[in-house]
Amino acid sequence: MSILVDTNTRLLVQGITGREGLFHTSRMVEYGTHVVAGVTPQKGGEWVLDGKIPVFDTVRSAVEATGANTAVSFVPARFAADSILEAADAGVELIIAITEGIPVRDMMQARRYLDQTGARLIGPNCPGLLSPGEAKVGIIPGHIAIKGNVGVVSRSGTLTYEVLHALKQRGIGVSTCVGIGGDPVNGTSFVDTLELFEADPNTEKIVLIGEIGGSDEERAAEYISERMTKPVVAFIAGRTAPPGKRMGHAGAIVEGGEGTAEEKIKALEGAGVKISDQPESIPDLL
Amino acid sequence: MKLHEYQSKQIFAEYGVPIPRGQVAMTAIEARSITEELGGMAVIKAQVLVGGRGKAGGIRLVHSPEEAEEVAGQVLAMEIKGLPVRRVLVDEAADIQNEIYLGVTNDRSRRCPVVIASAEGGVDIEEVARSQPDKIVRIWIDPLLGLRDYQVRHLAVSIELPRKYWRSLHTITRSLYQAYLNSDATLAEINPLVITGDERLLALDGKMVLDDNGLIRHAELAEMRDIDSEEPVEREARKYGLSYVKLGGNIGCMVNGAGLAMATMDVIHLFGGAPANFLDIGGGASADKVSAAIQIILRDPNVEAVLFNIFGGITRGDEVARGILNALKEMPTEIPMVVRLVGTNEEEGRQLLHDAKMETAVSLGDAAQKAIEAAKARKEA
Repeated sequence: MSILVDTNTRLLVQGITGREGLFHTSRMVEYGTHVVAGVTPQKGGEWVLDGKIPVFDTVRSAVEATGANTAVSFVPARFAADSILEAADAGVELIIAITEGIPVRDMMQARRYLDQTGARLIGPNCPGLLSPGEAKVGIIPGHIAIKGNVGVVSRSGTLTYEVLHALKQRGIGVSTCVGIGGDPVNGTSFVDTLELFEADPNTEKIVLIGEIGGSDEERAAEYISERMTKPVVAFIAGRTAPPGKRMGHAGAIVEGGEGTAEEKIKALEGAGVKISDQPESIPDLL
Repeated sequence: MKLHEYQSKQIFAEYGVPIPRGQVAMTAIEARSITEELGGMAVIKAQVLVGGRGKAGGIRLVHSPEEAEEVAGQVLAMEIKGLPVRRVLVDEAADIQNEIYLGVTNDRSRRCPVVIASAEGGVDIEEVARSQPDKIVRIWIDPLLGLRDYQVRHLAVSIELPRKYWRSLHTITRSLYQAYLNSDATLAEINPLVITGDERLLALDGKMVLDDNGLIRHAELAEMRDIDSEEPVEREARKYGLSYVKLGGNIGCMVNGAGLAMATMDVIHLFGGAPANFLDIGGGASADKVSAAIQIILRDPNVEAVLFNIFGGITRGDEVARGILNALKEMPTEIPMVVRLVGTNEEEGRQLLHDAKMETAVSLGDAAQKAIEAAKARKEA
C-alpha cells in the first residue's frame, strides 16, 4: 500500500535522547511505527520511553542487536552528516535526515559517498515519511492523513501538511507522503520519488509540491513526459518571491535568473501536469 | 553571507594567493597615509556589497597622497545602489597586461564544486557565459577526491595561458580552492586575475559568498558580516530565530513554515493584494515568538493589515490561538488582523479567537481576501 516505509520498517532513531528525538520517537511509537532502537554516543545501555527502546552507542551495534533496516536522524547540524555516513556504513538501507542547517559541503560529500553504497537518503531538512496506517518516520503529524492511493512528494513541511489536511477533508487518502527536504543538495529527488510511485501498484495519482530554486521540478517534468503513466498534479510555491533572496529554506532562492516558479510551472504544464494556483485547490484537480 | 573585497582578498592571501599591497581605510586621512606607504600611486576602491562599483565611480586611480585624500573623501561620501560606502580599499596600482577570470562555486545540479576559468576576465562572467559560452572552461571536482593537478593543467591549456605562468596558476587555483573549502564558501572568485608587466599573476579583485549553514563552525567569519548590507529588520528577525524578507506590499504575513509562507504570499497576490513580507516563525507558535514576529511585521510602515496563517500539526490550534492573543494583549495595535488556523484543534482555536473579537478565516483564499479588504478599508478611513 505504500513506498519506502511500511509495517516491515524496523526503525532506529539517531539522537534519540535529545529533546526533538525523544518527543518525535514517542509520536512515532504511538502511531504504530516499529521503533526498535536508538543511538546516542555515550548513552549506550540506557533505555528510553519507560524502558521500551534500548539505546546504543553506535549504529553498527544497534543494527546487530535489533535488525534495524531504517534510520531517522535528529542529530544537530554540525554532526548530522557524520550520522548519515555512520548509518550507511552500518548497512542501513534507508536513512531519513530531519535536521535543518547542515553545511552544503558536508552534504556534497555525504551524497557522493552514499551513491557508492546502496543506501538511500531522504532529506535533509525534511519532515520525513508517512504511509498512513502503516508507518510514520519523522515529524509529519500522523492524524492529518488517511490511507488511500494518492502519492505526495514535497520539498516543504507545513505546506505539505496543509495539502494532506485538504485531501483528508475531501476524503482522499494517501499511499505515502515523502518530504524530500528544502536543502540545495539532498539525497532523493522528485524524479527518484516519482519512479517509486510509478512502480507502486497502490499509487494511482501523484501530488507534487515544489518551490523556487534549483531545477529538480524541471527534471521531474522531463521524467513525467517521457516515462510516467500516472497523472500528476502540482503546486509550486514562490511565484511572488523576489530574486536573489533566500526564502527560509536553504535551497529556496532564485539565482542568476534561474529557479523561478514560472519556469517550473511552464515545464510541468508542458509535461501535461495540472497546476493548482493555491494549495487548497489541489483536491479539485485530482 | 557575502564578504567584502578586502575581506575576501585577505582570506585568499592567507592561503597563498598573491594580492596587491594595500590596506583598508575608513577616513580620507588614512587613505592618504596608505598611499604614501605605497609610493604615491594607488587605486581607491569603495567597499560595498553590490556589483557595478566601477560604473558608479567607486573605483578611482590616484597619482599622489593629496589626490588620494581628496578622492577617498569623495568615495567615502558616496552611496552605491542605496548602500553607504563606509570603507575604501587602498591598493597599489598594478601594471595590467592581461585579465583572466578564476572562480570556484557550487554546482547545485551536479552536487559538487566547479572551478570556472576564462581568458575573458575583468568583466561580468555571467555576461561572458551568455555571449561567448565557448570562452568559459569548467572543471567539476569530486567532493571526495578534491582538486587534482591534471585538472589545473586542463584549465591552463583551455584558456591558452603561456607555459611560464602554469606553475603560478597551479598555486593560485589550489589556494583558492582550499580557501573556498575551508571557509565553507559557496563562491570564491578572482576577477580579474591579472598578468602584470613584470610577468606575475596577481589577484586584483576578490569576492566570497559563504554558506550560512557553514557559519556554525566559523565564528571568526560570522563576525565579518556587514550590517549595512541588509535591512535592519531582517537582522532583528534573525536574532529571534525568525526568517524574514521585506517585499514592499501592504499585507503583513506571519506563517509557520517556509513553503507555506511562500504559498501565503502567492495566494494574497492571486486575489489582487500585495504581501509586505515573507515571515516564517518556524514550528509551533509560542507567545514570545508570535510577539517578536508581530513587532517585526509592524515595524514596516506600509503594513495596513496582517494575515496569520498557522498550520497546527503537533502544536494544537488552541495553543496557537492563546499565543496570538497573549502576544496582542502585550502589544495593542490598530492594525486589523485576520487569523487562519487549520489542523489539530482548529475549531477550538477559532472559537477562542472569535470570543476575543478577532477576524478568523477557514480557507487561505478567504483569509487573503479578508486581509485585502481590511487593508483597503483602513486606507480609505
